[in-house]
Amino acid sequence: MSEIKKIKNLKEFSTSADRFEGANLLCPGCAHSIIVREVLNATNDDLVLSASTGCLEVCTAVYPYTSWDASWIHIGFENGSTAVAGAEAMYKALGNKGRLKQPDRNPKFVSFAGDGASYDIGFQWISGCFERGHNMMHVVLDNEVYANTGGQRSSSTPIGSSATTSPAGRVSYGEKKNKKDMMAIMAAHGSPYVAQVSPNKWKNMVKAIQHGMAVEGPVFINAVSACTTEWKFAPEDTMALQDLATDSLVFPLYEIIDGTELNITYRPKNVVPVEEYLAAQGRFKHLFKDEYKYLIKEWQERVDAKWDYLQRREEAKV
Amino acid sequence: MQNNGWDEFEIGAMLRSFDGEVKDIATTLQEDRNYSSSNSFTASVADWRIEKPVFNKDFCIDCQFCWIYCPDISIISRDKKMIGIDMDHCKGCGICVEVCPTNPKSLLMFPEQADEEAELAGWPEKDKEEK
Repeated sequence: MSEIKKIKNLKEFSTSADRFEGANLLCPGCAHSIIVREVLNATNDDLVLSASTGCLEVCTAVYPYTSWDASWIHIGFENGSTAVAGAEAMYKALGNKGRLKQPDRNPKFVSFAGDGASYDIGFQWISGCFERGHNMMHVVLDNEVYANTGGQRSSSTPIGSSATTSPAGRVSYGEKKNKKDMMAIMAAHGSPYVAQVSPNKWKNMVKAIQHGMAVEGPVFINAVSACTTEWKFAPEDTMALQDLATDSLVFPLYEIIDGTELNITYRPKNVVPVEEYLAAQGRFKHLFKDEYKYLIKEWQERVDAKWDYLQRREEAKV
Repeated sequence: MQNNGWDEFEIGAMLRSFDGEVKDIATTLQEDRNYSSSNSFTASVADWRIEKPVFNKDFCIDCQFCWIYCPDISIISRDKKMIGIDMDHCKGCGICVEVCPTNPKSLLMFPEQADEEAELAGWPEKDKEEK
């Protein structure tokens, strides 16, 4: 077992040598690369990475360039998780046969995927990886839309959001289905560690990643990623949007250990009304028309009910 | 690179991030790495910028907020000190300016053509009302 990298504060963290490079083609102000940097810098161990098709993949591996300083593979939309799972299985098999060239190294297996590649298209593959119990981590960069192909809805898109395949207009207020609760689904697989994180709470996030890398078994991380292009806000406001997302409890930060023990990892000092979170984004602009204002109230009720549920589960320890 | 027909695409490609033997990249700083020409570190997105950040080290408290929240690995921090901005990879998003906590800010956005020396000389005074 390798040592967990000690990160006491941000100054200490800033001595890390990044293994993700600039001049990738992600939009200015994209939260994806902030998340990737925090994940990769959380460890000094060797990494075996994959990315499913999505913004992160198309922007970091544009032939003839790569932005990754670690082993990285991309195959298809759905099978980023299984590619890493296969590498992990091979590593284990070679270890059992004593054929590893550097048996003292302890590589970490991480697959990155967007919400489309995790919630919809790659779901069966991820489910398979978790059922087989590979020692890997799956990180979802959850921007609630297929941002790479022009903003189609995914099953992560929340109610009222205007996406290109669920546009808001005269007859519709946009997306009508609620977001899929992936955290509960992955916890129900019996995963040893499932966590929702946000890059603005970097300490919380690094702690979750290090915990996830230390445990044996498949780990699911859902990282909130504000999308400047599809959520429609100015690029410099990315971190303000992340703050609004976590402080309005639209994205409560919590972890589920061994499928049962739920802990809330971040409690905002001042809870921001959901209205502020919605008002900051162009995709919810139409909700502020008189005929759709009832949806904002429903949003708030839904968020409060979810927070209440999380708190009760944490207290009951089930 | 020659242009291929629709049925002549490469099946796959393998790119090397570094030239020569690589020992332990996680503990090697960028200036000590032997980047290959296929690493995007050797490319530049400087032409994406409309505005550029200018760093005034007189007001910097080395909190490293800009380092952690920079999406483009363009804040150069060495030995826990912020020493500058990597202008080849900065896309000018302005996150570093938004998260800078000092008063006045030690990072500000200026038009790409602005003269850095002149802007540094005319840096805003401390804002007293805001405290």
